Amino acid sequence: MKKLALFLAALCISSFALAVEPNEMLKDAGLEARAREVSKQLRCVQCQNETIDESHADIARAMRLLVRERITAGDTNDQIIAYMLSRYGDYVLLRPRFMSSTLILWVGPFVLLVLGGLVVVTRIRRGGTEGLALTEEEQKAVAALTELGEGGS
Amino acid sequence: MKRWPYILPLVAVLALGGIFAKRMVDIENGTDPSLIPTVLLDTPIPAFDLPPLPNRGEALRSEDLKGQVSLVNFWGSWCIACVSEHPALLAIAKEGDVPIHGVAWRDDPNKSLAWLAQRGDPYATVGQDPDSKTAIAFGVVAAPETFLVDKQGVIRYKQTGPITAADWKNKIKPLIAELKKK
Repeated sequence: MKKLALFLAALCISSFALAVEPNEMLKDAGLEARAREVSKQLRCVQCQNETIDESHADIARAMRLLVRERITAGDTNDQIIAYMLSRYGDYVLLRPRFMSSTLILWVGPFVLLVLGGLVVVTRIRRGGTEGLALTEEEQKAVAALTELGEGGS
Repeated sequence: MKRWPYILPLVAVLALGGIFAKRMVDIENGTDPSLIPTVLLDTPIPAFDLPPLPNRGEALRSEDLKGQVSLVNFWGSWCIACVSEHPALLAIAKEGDVPIHGVAWRDDPNKSLAWLAQRGDPYATVGQDPDSKTAIAFGVVAAPETFLVDKQGVIRYKQTGPITAADWKNKIKPLIAELKKK
């Protein structure tokens, strides 16, 4: 049991041991933490659904190194992300920005939720069990099924 | 009792699935380049100064591209799709409409040279970009990618993936003729 727990713990940790190789890391822990933070917002442009922090693709590695170089040179996180945006467009952000072209993406689910809620509310308000009660035919069918179930047990 | 409204969600889901599938296929085939737009279109090329391959001509500098229409082709000896593109590049070089500048991207210079020796060399100049900095500056995702640059050093067209004979004849060549007039 203890071994299993250890194994699971190791598994959890290993999922965080990502693509960043030790020789890529900055010596300054604070700067390295910033590099990781920036890297987690940037998409590996070749692999589509990974951040450059977790991707093993060569282009992701090159982008990681560039992020670290810019941080060392004194750029802010926002400046680095702005640079990547100016090269690759919005696609490079894993989390889409809130703007007119992504409005449906951000607001859509909530609109659907509200619409669905309205439907439910009006249904309940209308009260009545009209249409909910079983017809004679359906009752017979249910009875037949229950009998079948009891007979089988 | 009307039952057909209960079909609607299924229809909606299938319709959405169909739209998503079509877009994915389009992106995959590159049939609709607007789906992954190039933010760099109609903007000046980034500044670069790339060393030449050993014993092969001059360095490739962004400044040197100004004054004539040119193609900038990102390639590497490791790049499989570049092999299929290569005959088209050789044909373009032979036609002589436009110089092709190569960026040997993330490559061992000796392998780049061997590749060119084996398959033919269409490039006016070749610069090395071992750390991908220039590739990232151009927003390159995967080789081969080719940029058409006008006399002012502004990017006017981007080809993602190999240039085919049809791309050259129907899109790039007419565009070059137009850009040369300006």
